[in-house]
Amino acid sequence: MAVLQAKQDALAARIAALSFADKGWLGAARKAALDRLAAMGLPGRRDEYWRYTDPAGLNAAEPAPAALFDPGAEPQLFDHMDRVKLVFVDGVFDPRASDDPRLAGVEIERLTEAGGRDAHWARGLYGVLEAQGQQPVARPHAALNSAFATEGVLIRVTGRAKKPVSLIYQRTSEGSDAILHHCIKLEPGAELTLLENGPAAARFNKVMEVEVADGARFHHIRGQGRDHQRQAVTHIFARLGRESLFKSFTLTANGRLTRNECVIELTGDDAVAHVACAAVGDGDFHHDDTVFITHGAERCESRQVFKKVLMNGATGVFQGKILVQPGAQKTDGYQLSQSLLLDEDSQFLAKPELEIYADDVKCSHGSTSGAIDDTALFYLQSRGVPKRVAQSLLVLAFLAESIAEIESEDLAEEIRLRLESWLHRHEH
Amino acid sequence: MKAAVVEEVDIREGVDRETIETVQAMAGKYKYGWETAIETEYAPKGLNEDIVRLISQKNGEPEWMTDWRLAAYRRWVQMEEPRWAMLHYPEIDYQDQYYYAKPKSMAVKPKSLDEVDPKLLATYEKLGIPLKEQALLAGVEAPEGERKVAVDAVFDSVSVGTTFKEELKKAGVIFCPISEAIRDYPELVKKYLGTVVPQSDNFFATLNSAVFSDGSFVYIPEGVRCPMELSTYFRINAENTGQFERTLIIADKKSYVSYLEGCTAPKRDTHQLHAAVVEIVVLEDAEVKYSTVQNWYPGDEEGRGGIYNFVTKRADCRGDRAKVMWTQVETGSAITWKYPSCILRGDDSQGEFYSIAIANNAQQADTGTKMVHLGKRTKSRIVSKGISAGRAQNTYRGLVSMHPKAKDSRNYTQCDSLLIGDKCGAHTVPYIEVRNNSSRVEHEATTSKVDEDQLFYCRSRGMDEEEAVALVVNGFCKEVLQALPMEFAMEAQSLVAISLEGSVG
Repeated sequence: MAVLQAKQDALAARIAALSFADKGWLGAARKAALDRLAAMGLPGRRDEYWRYTDPAGLNAAEPAPAALFDPGAEPQLFDHMDRVKLVFVDGVFDPRASDDPRLAGVEIERLTEAGGRDAHWARGLYGVLEAQGQQPVARPHAALNSAFATEGVLIRVTGRAKKPVSLIYQRTSEGSDAILHHCIKLEPGAELTLLENGPAAARFNKVMEVEVADGARFHHIRGQGRDHQRQAVTHIFARLGRESLFKSFTLTANGRLTRNECVIELTGDDAVAHVACAAVGDGDFHHDDTVFITHGAERCESRQVFKKVLMNGATGVFQGKILVQPGAQKTDGYQLSQSLLLDEDSQFLAKPELEIYADDVKCSHGSTSGAIDDTALFYLQSRGVPKRVAQSLLVLAFLAESIAEIESEDLAEEIRLRLESWLHRHEH
Repeated sequence: MKAAVVEEVDIREGVDRETIETVQAMAGKYKYGWETAIETEYAPKGLNEDIVRLISQKNGEPEWMTDWRLAAYRRWVQMEEPRWAMLHYPEIDYQDQYYYAKPKSMAVKPKSLDEVDPKLLATYEKLGIPLKEQALLAGVEAPEGERKVAVDAVFDSVSVGTTFKEELKKAGVIFCPISEAIRDYPELVKKYLGTVVPQSDNFFATLNSAVFSDGSFVYIPEGVRCPMELSTYFRINAENTGQFERTLIIADKKSYVSYLEGCTAPKRDTHQLHAAVVEIVVLEDAEVKYSTVQNWYPGDEEGRGGIYNFVTKRADCRGDRAKVMWTQVETGSAITWKYPSCILRGDDSQGEFYSIAIANNAQQADTGTKMVHLGKRTKSRIVSKGISAGRAQNTYRGLVSMHPKAKDSRNYTQCDSLLIGDKCGAHTVPYIEVRNNSSRVEHEATTSKVDEDQLFYCRSRGMDEEEAVALVVNGFCKEVLQALPMEFAMEAQSLVAISLEGSVG
């Protein structure tokens, strides 16, 4: 009882300064989310799901100040691409910096504009997948987001989008606390590439609910900015229909605290879900990937590829789970979590789980952790490659398997170059 | 194929008749479900400080031991039963059990095995555990002494007898019931008891600390290679009685011992509680092999009855180059909650864990290991094979932890699950914590079903489906079976076949 009380006290402090409009369909969804949240309270260190990550910074009433970061001459990610840009500054939508959101086969609206209406397609999605994702493990920060999100985009895709939609999260304040909530619905046969980049805020809480209908394809590539002191908790909740495809790749470089949760439910036969991440951290860096994939239909494929490069006391966490429900026969589930520890002080904490209730399945997971292979390093050096370069080569080779999850070769190349220059800057 | 196996056993070891029969019969029925009609003396039902004192008094313990138990009991009352395992069972009423049961004929402790109640001796004979040294010797064809096995037989709450005590004593080895050790070797017991599994370690270990009735005590002095394998055989007989045994093994510097443990219980409709603690202390350059074939009554097909098995087993490699190896075959019990662990404290120490867990019908097993690497260049290896059939749930839960100081350490983990039928479940919950970069940790897990091609091949050679499955499964388990001492390997192999009987199709 005392534990629950502490969680609820923490919640009361966290939401004291937050408020929401309770009009329209959105108001009803927010109220339901607030009820869910009140029953859970905020997570504590003793919760199994927060065993390796201290939620204190995310729970605190105020975000810890985060110094602004100057990326120097490096252009923003995806800068050269033809895309529809939607810009948020410290969590506030900036219409002047954003493009005209009209795109054939795609409807884009702002959450605050569409939320006040009586009826909207997003009503069937907002907070709905999040609520389902609260079982069997509570995700209080996602419920908090559904209750208090200040902005977001609602994207409905009916055809094949000609160019990507790009969400850009800029940060100008050392103390901003942003809560954004996006809903994305891909109708049968539709296709969309969604790009996300930028640090967003000193503390960023983001939820994205994605419904991928039968035969639809969704590609998601994000970069979480190079700010050192920012904190973020993000959730993706996705529901996949028959023969649909969901592919998500995340690049995380730096960040004091990042918790990326991904909750995917394969509900239609022959659906495919791939989730991948390349994370690189130096020093004050705590990166947590928490993934929960439920196979609820036959012949589905899921693939998780998580790679972390850690140095100078950085911490990497991976909690991944594949749940195969009764009857989800011919499931092909694969999960890989690996870390490369570049010095004595860094650490990797992993809990790769399988929970399987169907007999005709192929599920495997692998998890490894260790230093750079001395033999490989020696070999490269013996061929005249300087040690620093050899080390970077080996690190990039280690990360390659996750980058290979990006379908677009241009995007994969851009991510690879970013990682290369990051490694170059952090050579030691 | 089968005939060849039987012949081999006959040649190698005449005494292992029960195993042979088991293999031959492949009856799929629990063979040890009978009961010994014997008069039993119980302590009053329920648990309180008086019961704890009574158990202590029955064992003729000194005051320090009584106080130790009471401290554990007081702690236990404040603890909550853990619920994190993937196990579902109704609330256990800890007051609705007997915590002490002893055959009346044991009221006066027999001085030698000749004085032991013949009914008890017959019980162990029927179980295939010969307690008469002569009989055992006669049954062994191989002339070398190393095939001898010394047995401590525990019946409900008391040790019935220990064989080869004298011969072991000559080698300096102490092998006796722990109740006896508390009286005869208090210094050793005081020095080591509760140092590997502290009184307040966890709910079930704390309960055990308060009420443990008997168990085995082993001390191998410095430089001694134990001349024979030691074994303890646990038998639950009395109804509504919990069994709480405590085993303490100390391997002094440069010593070696191989220890076997077996257990069975009668068939009953009600569940029975078993909460054991095993503590192993391994000093410099010493090596301990601990093998278990756990075959408690698993309950019937509907899940009626069966043992609730909550066990804490831990080995502490205190000295440099100490080595411990756990091998377990878990086929029995309605509920298994068991994580034999290794604390690799000494530099260059090694821990190994080989496990086969088979769950059929309504059985649930949540088992695995912990490898805690503290010393430099420590090594551990985990091979776990889980097999689920019927409506059973089988979970591997394990921890591999590399502390910052455990430089250049190494772990390799492999957990494979096999599902037979579409109503069962197989789960893997590993925790991997790496806090230094010179260590390498590798974890692999797979889940699959019995390979159709392999089955087809076996069947095309004239095997029936059940035989074919048993063969394929034995192949799947080979790595673990090979780690078992010879006698156990045979028994385990046949148990694998038997536990899966009826799960095909």
